[in-house]
Amino acid sequence: MKATVLVRPKSGILDPQGAAVETALEHLGFSVAGARVGKVVDLEVDATDPAEARAQVERMCEQLLANPLMESYEIELHG
Amino acid sequence: MASPQPRIGVVMYPGSNDDHDALWALAALDAEAVPVWHEERELPDLDAVVLPGGFSYGDYLRCGAIARFSPATAAVKEFADEGGLVLGICNGFQVLCEAGLLPGVLLQNESLRFICRDVPLTVERDDLPFTTRCTRGQELVIPVKHGDGRWFAPPELVAELEANGQVVLRYAEPCNGSVDDIAGVCNERGNVMGLMPHPEHAVDPLLGSADGALILASLVEAARDRAISLA
Repeated sequence: MKATVLVRPKSGILDPQGAAVETALEHLGFSVAGARVGKVVDLEVDATDPAEARAQVERMCEQLLANPLMESYEIELHG
Repeated sequence: MASPQPRIGVVMYPGSNDDHDALWALAALDAEAVPVWHEERELPDLDAVVLPGGFSYGDYLRCGAIARFSPATAAVKEFADEGGLVLGICNGFQVLCEAGLLPGVLLQNESLRFICRDVPLTVERDDLPFTTRCTRGQELVIPVKHGDGRWFAPPELVAELEANGQVVLRYAEPCNGSVDDIAGVCNERGNVMGLMPHPEHAVDPLLGSADGALILASLVEAARDRAISLA
């Protein structure tokens, strides 16, 4: 089963990369606010049951993919 | 009888680049500096361990996140759990945070710039194995060189660390956006410390400052005491 993990800087944590992207977008003439930069991890899990796949990916996030002090994560499963 | 030369290991990860500087500085301060390859599952007989600066495993995912899984890191964790002295410098600090041996995490500098310059630091603790040669309130000048040195922890954890006296060094002027200008912390037990500045680059006045030697010589001395007590 394929999964996508979105890792984001937690709200309240200063994200200078997001601020730099926001400024660059403004230079291009876009009116934007609140830009934040995170990470995407695509992977294939050795599981066919969605609940089992999600449980596995959650453990991956807790143990490696995200650092809970500064990042939150979201898991998407694809058939 | 001459006092024994303490044996201090320096872990070499793929991507470490201050390992030789640390080995050189420790030897200059009269320790027997022992390189430890990252694949070692067991540490040799050591009185202290240093995790050096650099970019272990390319700093992939997050700084220090992959080095946490190296066999040598597991051995260092065991060594620390038994009360062994462990000092993490720069990337070594990041590894110790990711491995859960030290509190907090190091984030990208507020300025997004790589900072490479001498910085003034204030000593907050002078009673640790890493700081006995320093005096509380003393200002040290030691270089930093990092892109991800902004120490962060949530407010409740920061308050706990401040109350426990786990903040060891602070930047005397804003440097990278660290919470409370924190430059170095220790664990609750006081046998593990991490700092972003590089004491191994400041052990000789010819290099601009010898203040780093105060930290490393404290470690060498503490390691020597340990060697004597275990002998």
